[in-house]
Amino acid sequence: MEKKTLFDKIWDAHVVRSVTDGPDVFFIDKHFIHEVTSPVAFLNLEKRGIGVLHPERTIATPDHNVPTVDQDKTIKDKLSRMQVEKLREYCKKYNIELHDLGSAHHGIVHVIGPELGITQPGMTIVCGDSHTSTHGAFGAIAFGIGTSEVEMVFATQCIMQSKAKKMRITVDGELGKGITSKDIILYIIAKISASGGTGYFLEYAGSAIESLSMEARMTICNMSIEMGARGGLIAPDETTFNYLKGKQYAPKGEEWDKTVAYWKTLKTDEGAIFDKEYHFDAADIAPMITYGTNPGMGIKINDLIPTTAGMEGSNKTSFLKSLEYMGFEAGESILGKKMDYVFVGSCTNGRIEDIRSVAEFVKGKRKADNITAWIVPGSREVEKLAHEEGLVKILEEAGFELRQPGCSACLAMNDDKIPSGKYAVSTSNRNFEGRQGPGARTLLASPLTVAAIAVTGRITDPREVF
Amino acid sequence: MAYDKFNTLRSTVVPLSAENVDTDQIIPARFLKATERVGFGDNLFRDWRYDVEGNPKHDFVLNDPTYSGKILLAGKNFGSGSSREHAVWALYDYGFRCVVSSFFADIFKNNCLNIGVLPVTISPEFADVLFNAVSADPETEVEVDIDRQTITLLSTGQSESFDINSYKKENMKNGFDDIDYLLNIKDEIAEFVAGK
Repeated sequence: MEKKTLFDKIWDAHVVRSVTDGPDVFFIDKHFIHEVTSPVAFLNLEKRGIGVLHPERTIATPDHNVPTVDQDKTIKDKLSRMQVEKLREYCKKYNIELHDLGSAHHGIVHVIGPELGITQPGMTIVCGDSHTSTHGAFGAIAFGIGTSEVEMVFATQCIMQSKAKKMRITVDGELGKGITSKDIILYIIAKISASGGTGYFLEYAGSAIESLSMEARMTICNMSIEMGARGGLIAPDETTFNYLKGKQYAPKGEEWDKTVAYWKTLKTDEGAIFDKEYHFDAADIAPMITYGTNPGMGIKINDLIPTTAGMEGSNKTSFLKSLEYMGFEAGESILGKKMDYVFVGSCTNGRIEDIRSVAEFVKGKRKADNITAWIVPGSREVEKLAHEEGLVKILEEAGFELRQPGCSACLAMNDDKIPSGKYAVSTSNRNFEGRQGPGARTLLASPLTVAAIAVTGRITDPREVF
Repeated sequence: MAYDKFNTLRSTVVPLSAENVDTDQIIPARFLKATERVGFGDNLFRDWRYDVEGNPKHDFVLNDPTYSGKILLAGKNFGSGSSREHAVWALYDYGFRCVVSSFFADIFKNNCLNIGVLPVTISPEFADVLFNAVSADPETEVEVDIDRQTITLLSTGQSESFDINSYKKENMKNGFDDIDYLLNIKDEIAEFVAGK
């Protein structure tokens, strides 16, 4: 029998037909939508005079542009308000489940999907957002799409996609103290570069990956796109099943047992062939931080920023331009650099475990005077838990400002912007020029590293501050 | 018809050699707030094109009157990051119908093909030839022939072929998009759903 990867198994089960010398017609189980990339798709649908074929497979929430204060009031920014109102209007018209601002399950789309148990193994999931790859943590094929494709899913529940090549990234061994899943993924991206995954769908495997919680796995899969990969997945196991059991949308009773039996078949066959394989040793991973303007420009926090040795042409020019933007020098240490902002949040690291790790670290300590510290829960549910567990109190005593759920300063579509020239150490996923506001300088790191930097006000190895 | 048909394109070239140009540079997130697909070209490369006061930055290629045309010649790994189709809308709206690079990000490339901007992947060597030719003579023209799948530097005749599957090629030539195709097989999709 043909040996298949997990990706093959899920993909092949969702192909409606294959077009000769063209893409596959690919069926989508779940479609997440938000206020920024769907209104134009709805509008085009109306222009064509067609509706939403499977509203029951579509789930909406406003997250990208929403303010993180006063969410009970009318949104001040006119354009943001219009996008949110359009989303509400279309969801009502087409009978789509909406988790609106202020409702119990409002939040970042990639946080609430798993939280509600909507995301499940074996599914195909898309959303007009590249971090849809997050849902791959459950053993699902999940990836971001453009607005034209959002429209296709509305109209036909299908998109047209060519099957990607397959890459497996295996991380074996035990992680050291103070090393988190964010460090694993920043390490991998630094190794294979911001474009090294282009054309591939990834599978993460190995004992270091298997040892991670679901939330930590989501952080890994979330950043698959930062290597250019369409998405990345992890085979479901007991950790996955335990996480899903009892969730609102998870199967119940007999159906649960039947479904878990199917989920257990969702793994790569022994001997299946990948187009590319990487192996990494968990013991080599240290707390990571980025120094440049793409997520591949990351180093171990106590390493030096690379020099231009071996670089030439536009590669060297781009590298130097990036350092100039960041205000760093090639070959220097990044430790001790003074920072201005810390941001804990986003679909990468805005979950309860992230907030717990920051709270645990800063308990009884105080943020440095030069730091403005924002903490933005990924959802209302995360916010609620943070209050119930006393984390909010700890964080506020340490000088952190807790805001309301949303994408916030990860992409700065709302007012949560880092001022030009200022440094922000962020738990989010992208350090592109201007990502957190025009001229803002972003360094990506784990929640733990961010907590350490909040306390010292400077780039600090979290292992040194325990 | 979803967009203008693409046949043979003959044009001067706008060179942008920076590598890893992400979609946040092509169009920053704060300009994604429209509920209709209008006006995105004005904010194409916004923060490279204008300073904070909104004055044009003269060292940026789109503000340099020396260069113009419907073809953008880009550095490698163009269009990485966010899946925002708005990045391609901005390019199209500005007047580009073709982007040439030695390496494209995946989602960006798909988005291009979905709205009628042709992504042409060439070898790094031919990219160097084109960058050098445009730099030496900004008036130099390049021809992109979708039928023959070739891109040619007209001044020297140097040419390379590029890949595009025949499905997408027909779409581009006729201005069709995938929805037209999908709507035509609705019954087959319904059968698939029933069988799940």
